[in-house]
Amino acid sequence: MINKDLVIVGGGPAGMAAALSARDAGVRDILLLERDQYLGGILNQCIHTGFGIYHFKELLTGCEYAGRFISLVERSREIDVSLKSFVVRLTNDRVLTFLKPGKMETVRAKALIMATGCRERTREMIHIPGTRPAGVFSAGLAQKLINIEGLLPGKEVVIVGSGDIGLIMARRFTLEGARVKAVIEIQKQSRGLMRNVVQCVHDFDIPLYFSHRISRISGRDRVEKVEAVRVDEQGNDVDGSRFEILCDTILVSVGLIPENELIEMAGAKIDSATNAPLSKELNTTSIPGVFACGNCYRVYDLVDSVTRDAQVCGRMAAEFLAGAR
Amino acid sequence: MRSCDALIIGGGVTGTAIARELSQYRLKVILCEKEEELAFGVSKSNSGIIHPGTQNVPGSLKGRLCVEGNALTKAIARELDVDFKQVGELIVAFSQSEVGRLIRIKEDAQRLGVKGLRMVDNAWLRDHEPNLNPDIPAALFAPSAGIISPYRWVYALALNAQQNGVEIMTRTRVAAIERLSGAGRGGMFLRVMTTSAEYDARFVINCAGLHADAVARMAGIDDFSIRPRKGEEFILDKKREHLTNHLIFPLPTPVSKGVLMIKTSDGNPMIGPSALDTEDKDDLSTTEGGLRTVLADARRLVPSVSERDIIAYFAGLRPVAGDDFIIRHEDRASGMVTVAGIQSPGLTCAPAIAKLVSRLLKEHGLDLRRKIFFRRHRRAMNHLFSIPLSRTARLVRLDPSYGDIVCRCEMVSAREISDAIAEGATTMDGIKFRTRAQAGRCHGSFCTCRLMKILADETGRKVIEVTKRGECSEIVLKDRGDDQ
Repeated sequence: MINKDLVIVGGGPAGMAAALSARDAGVRDILLLERDQYLGGILNQCIHTGFGIYHFKELLTGCEYAGRFISLVERSREIDVSLKSFVVRLTNDRVLTFLKPGKMETVRAKALIMATGCRERTREMIHIPGTRPAGVFSAGLAQKLINIEGLLPGKEVVIVGSGDIGLIMARRFTLEGARVKAVIEIQKQSRGLMRNVVQCVHDFDIPLYFSHRISRISGRDRVEKVEAVRVDEQGNDVDGSRFEILCDTILVSVGLIPENELIEMAGAKIDSATNAPLSKELNTTSIPGVFACGNCYRVYDLVDSVTRDAQVCGRMAAEFLAGAR
Repeated sequence: MRSCDALIIGGGVTGTAIARELSQYRLKVILCEKEEELAFGVSKSNSGIIHPGTQNVPGSLKGRLCVEGNALTKAIARELDVDFKQVGELIVAFSQSEVGRLIRIKEDAQRLGVKGLRMVDNAWLRDHEPNLNPDIPAALFAPSAGIISPYRWVYALALNAQQNGVEIMTRTRVAAIERLSGAGRGGMFLRVMTTSAEYDARFVINCAGLHADAVARMAGIDDFSIRPRKGEEFILDKKREHLTNHLIFPLPTPVSKGVLMIKTSDGNPMIGPSALDTEDKDDLSTTEGGLRTVLADARRLVPSVSERDIIAYFAGLRPVAGDDFIIRHEDRASGMVTVAGIQSPGLTCAPAIAKLVSRLLKEHGLDLRRKIFFRRHRRAMNHLFSIPLSRTARLVRLDPSYGDIVCRCEMVSAREISDAIAEGATTMDGIKFRTRAQAGRCHGSFCTCRLMKILADETGRKVIEVTKRGECSEIVLKDRGDDQ
């Protein structure tokens, strides 16, 4: 068993900012666990701009924003980074077991910061009925396929939900030569940032339907069409408003869920409505010495806010360690 | 032209169980499956329940085969290293008048030979099933019921059959069957034209599921038809694994066993299935009505079932051909053996059906001589989700790729993906069914890219050729690199 003062789970923007801020607050023995082969998390697939306006007072791409933190973390002797490291168990006395290629390790942390981010809600979670063909993607997966792998998921696209990733992907698909035939939002307004509605949808003349939902997916092997319907104030379907849209691809962008299954395994209290940790104080969990920051604590609109939140959390962990000494 | 003793049409659980049964004899056996992989038809949308043999009519084929199949499944699952859990089943009564029906079910089942049945009361239920509707006065407990992964079961049967010489042809659709008589062949034989090749077979075993009627008609048999009966099922998050400790059944209805609380061998509870007769043999769509019905019925059993726990759903079609199975040699088309209408409890019955079919073949002149070297046992691939961490640690030391986690929700390693591909997975669904990668709460959002690359690499294809479940279900439609 390894002993560490501070272990941070997740090497995205939250984990990196928390590690740097804890170091600046005097923590000298930090282990940063990242399950992917790179630091940076989801920022690596965000090749669009809009990042860093508050933190760096500059307009950066997601990759650039991550890159700046990655170089700071890599230059820091106090922060040990372990990549391809997947935590499989966490107990309430802050003992973590993680797998990496070739070994399983156990580490006892005096303090622990969870920076595990979030996952996208799926088609299944909003119960869209119909068939289950190829061609249904979460917006984030489509973003990764295009931006990292250089693969185009489809050519005629309908986007369900108007979250920021969905809006950004509407523009991205259009720029890649695909046709985005509709963005369908069940609410009366977009869930995303206004700048994304304007720059990603209006500027490209993409039809945006508010107060509509997808009531059916059709297609045996690959998506062939969707059926859309208008909903009234109570959320009931409006008679006679059904129409079909032919498409080969559906992107689902209907919200994000904090990833807290690990601390839940350790016995932390979780809000069943939001999947976020329940605690008395900001950035803490119901387990002493286990902190949480970034999107696993609360889903933020901007990475700059994630960074700020994680910096606070890093200092809190440092104070906890100083108090425990 | 290829010849064989027996040609099995259909690579679901019935076809593969028959293949495995026949593989212990000195026979040339070929199995044809029209889909890209085995278990992609009726068997893929199965509840995975190994029934004890209750809820069947005494004197029916189902009744006899289910009790025998329950015991055989346990024995063969051990031989093939497939995880079978004997979790037991509770059939619950909602009123005193229903308790009377339960007692009749118990008596019928005892006549069929089901062992260990007993009535349990409300106090027992509160102790053993704390989440069950507290108003349920009594239940019939059938301890011999269990659960198995229908996919891993089919794949294990098929792989073992293959080890013992059975040839398995996927993407092979039967187009026509002719009855011919040939000199030197010992009389009549059947010529089967398929999309892959032509086969001459002494016996053709029709296990074509939803399409068994169409295959039968090719051989001139037209006295039955298959009507699909749709069932929708909803899978809950693994976090709810212990929602119930047993399989929970209401009293059966005339068309089905009702909406159940199902435990699965993967840990995720499942609720369903609905039962709705349909015309369309391709209609695997789920419906809003199906969700409402299943949720309402499941909540009668366990009130705390939440819509929020649903992480996946699917619809399957039961191949219904009347009330009972049709398993017979067709005297009007000698050599044709029909195995049709294998709906519930077909998964349980499959190994017993296989034995029945081999007896039919023998009665009609096939010489069943045992092989000297029949490989009865096989070792299954490892699944990290089902073993303790101490064993995982040992595996990771033996092969580093066990420590390379690809699917984070279900904890599936790169080694397991490679194993699945080595065992025959050629599609994303094939990987999912064997390993559970993409089957968890994120639904493949995080692992799809990696899986596509591994699948492409290890099968020598391009990433854009990777499909979900075979031709026309490609995951991505264009590689931007091809533009340059």
